[in-house]
Amino acid sequence: MNTQMTRRDFLKKSSLVIAAAALPGRVGLFNVSPVLAGVDIPFKPHAFLEIAADDSITVWVGQTNLGQGTHTGIPMIIADELDAAWEKVRVKMALAAEPFKSPVWHEQATGGSSSIRHRWDLLRKVGAAARRMLVETAAEQWQIPAEKCASKDGKVIHPDGRGLTFGQLAEAAGKRPVPEHPSLKDPKDYRIIGTQRERLDIPDKVMGKTVFGIDFTIPGMCVASVARPPHYGASFRSYDEKAAMAVKGVIKVAPLDNRIAVCAETTHAAMKGRNALNIRWSKGSHPDLNDDALDALFKEHLEKPASVAKTGGDVKKALAEAAQTIEQSYKLPYISHAQAEPINCTAHVEKERCRVWIPTQQQTATQLTASKLTGLPIEKVEVMTLPAGGGFGLRGEQDPVEDSVLLSKTLNRPVKVIWSREDDFANDRFRPASQCKIRAGLDKNGRVIAWSHTVAAPSVMSRLMPQYVKDGIDPDAVSGIADMPYSLPNLLVNYVMVNSPVTVGWWRSVGFSVNAFTVESFMDELAHAAGKDPVQFRLDHMEKDGRPYNILSLLAEKAAWGTPVPKGRARGVAVTSCFESFAAHMAEVSVSEKGKITVHKMVCALDCGTAVYPDAIRAQSEAGVVMGLSVAFHEKVRFENGGVKTANFNDYPVLTMSDVPEIEVHIAKNTLKPGGVGEPVFPSVAPAVANALFKATGVRLRELPFKRELLLKG
Amino acid sequence: MIVLNVNGINRQVDEDPDTPLLWVLRDNLGITSVKYTCGIAECGMCTVLIDGEAQRSCVVNLKDVLGNKITTIEGLPDNHPVKLAWIEKQVPQCGYCQPGIMLQTVDFLSRKPNPTEEQINGAMDNVICRCGTHPRIKKAIQMAAEMTARQGR
Repeated sequence: MNTQMTRRDFLKKSSLVIAAAALPGRVGLFNVSPVLAGVDIPFKPHAFLEIAADDSITVWVGQTNLGQGTHTGIPMIIADELDAAWEKVRVKMALAAEPFKSPVWHEQATGGSSSIRHRWDLLRKVGAAARRMLVETAAEQWQIPAEKCASKDGKVIHPDGRGLTFGQLAEAAGKRPVPEHPSLKDPKDYRIIGTQRERLDIPDKVMGKTVFGIDFTIPGMCVASVARPPHYGASFRSYDEKAAMAVKGVIKVAPLDNRIAVCAETTHAAMKGRNALNIRWSKGSHPDLNDDALDALFKEHLEKPASVAKTGGDVKKALAEAAQTIEQSYKLPYISHAQAEPINCTAHVEKERCRVWIPTQQQTATQLTASKLTGLPIEKVEVMTLPAGGGFGLRGEQDPVEDSVLLSKTLNRPVKVIWSREDDFANDRFRPASQCKIRAGLDKNGRVIAWSHTVAAPSVMSRLMPQYVKDGIDPDAVSGIADMPYSLPNLLVNYVMVNSPVTVGWWRSVGFSVNAFTVESFMDELAHAAGKDPVQFRLDHMEKDGRPYNILSLLAEKAAWGTPVPKGRARGVAVTSCFESFAAHMAEVSVSEKGKITVHKMVCALDCGTAVYPDAIRAQSEAGVVMGLSVAFHEKVRFENGGVKTANFNDYPVLTMSDVPEIEVHIAKNTLKPGGVGEPVFPSVAPAVANALFKATGVRLRELPFKRELLLKG
Repeated sequence: MIVLNVNGINRQVDEDPDTPLLWVLRDNLGITSVKYTCGIAECGMCTVLIDGEAQRSCVVNLKDVLGNKITTIEGLPDNHPVKLAWIEKQVPQCGYCQPGIMLQTVDFLSRKPNPTEEQINGAMDNVICRCGTHPRIKKAIQMAAEMTARQGR
């Protein structure tokens, strides 16, 4: 046995097995190779888990801490199967490495509400295998069969009541083979999963001790502010290097392709130096691009020949035979992530290695970027993920990695690149704007017999995952339509890709966040056209007792749908299925005579399978409502002169305290595989409010953000 | 050298007096709990207490606070009612905005020790929390107020 095996060797060794076992068609995801721990760690049965002689348990997590709670939820799963004492559990962020890749995506990334969804079996197996090894170790010492031993609260317990702690057993347990098929708990035996716990990262966040990416420093580091073109396709014509260098603290002015970096001893000096550059930029490739031009571009695309994303039945025939047909158009703007912490990355390129410290959602991509730019092999690129001040999908982008690595190479020292808030708005990868038209037919009984939906929208996947774009279809651009929770006999979904210089990217719940608004608003229009109750109408078009049916029923029950509404108020609902979860929202609103809209109450019902960490699920659900309302009422990125006009929070207002309603969250109880949480709780918020506003005023708002003035005309 | 009083300690700073306090605290003194987000006093994430009053350190220059007492989140005791309430109500998500919001709360509660919900909404309407922790911030403020009242502070 080689007890000198390093952690790095271990990770490499363990990862190979994980990666192989994770190939499609193989069931086992768990590393079953015998694992040797380093001398300092007596028991490390998997890259995720260490148990020390002092009983402390360390869970290594590869998922980014964006505040979503997985840095507590993941340890809860392992600790439960392990029968650990929760107070002994610590969590640590791991360096980017193979074992932390998603068994589904084969890359390390935090997005798509996948952290637990993709690792449920794996995490339980890690805990269960370790527990079995500890139990077998104790049984051997006591010379009794393992089945006679119990485990609880960090101890293995003898039938006569005495016990050995996991720490006491750790060294001997570490010499045992890792069981391939450890038996998993019956959900009724969970002691930690599904219980209330305090989030492990909250005390540090409250005390101000958390080191976010932007806070990171390392000796010898300098800070860079990078001026990027203010117009699409622009390049610099001239700049004043001398003026920038004259700013106290500025070290170097470094042009990088189409942008110019100013490196300085402090952030303020870097930003000041960058402003002193007084850059003259070219007009760029699309000087006439602005809000109106973009609006016209989408409109024009909506009339172009479309690609068929999904077809079922015969929509044309069904529409011709319908007792009633209805057609409407909807419109959504580009919106920004507007995450709190500006984009940043610190890199240090050395001869034999490159280290990157970044609040990234895409560790694997970061490794690849740094490897490509330095020529170092992947295993020589260390990526340390720092806690992120929000992300919402933006933090997979590689721009700050590229700049910090290039600058570190140039300056031969660690460089932290920080974007200003203005950089952040100007260079965000926005949620795609979208325009659509929908035509549907109802039969004489008020049932939907045909639904034809054409979407004109830019494609995120064409840039980030082009291999998934086939026959002109970006599946994300039509998600939530092609797979809406309703069973319709005749459905046609068309897509027209809108190409413009405006760069788009992943944004919380991706296509669902756009299309749920149109599908659920239009479903409401159809319910009213059919003269049916909006909840009953939806249920009538769902598979009875399916999960969407049940979550909408739960919402209706908890929100007391159908009971008298307080005077002057009106209610609306919406429901979605996405990321293997099912969510529904009820909005209760009023509109004053002067057109002031008040959202009094939002009720959220969520079926996310096994609710691993209920309080984090509630927190995400509350947050989904707040962000959903923010997007419904306020958010829109503006463009002018071939670039982004929106510069800072003063022209990108987001929802604030006085507009946050009472929020009620109801989580469905079941023991199914966990689905996503952070994303599913978002899409049905805006349509529920639009539907309530229609009920209140008779005016249908088909555009986001809502135009309040339309309600007055009503 | 300029002397700056932060959390009860006089700190020496070699910096241009026109530098925003935000950057002096973060880059010169390494107090990174004070967050940069907008730089134009729109969001409240860089809020510090200056002689007990919540102010946005991105628009206060170093030269304006000579002789004043600056308090950051580290300057509040660990058992401060606002800190305890923030943990008890499990407020933070990403947590980036929270130190600024907590300091604004300290100032607010010093003036309105027993606030109504309406008053909380009014006082906290000028801060941004992109994660959407507002419902919990509200509960934590109410709890901190009750704890303070009980302690007779």
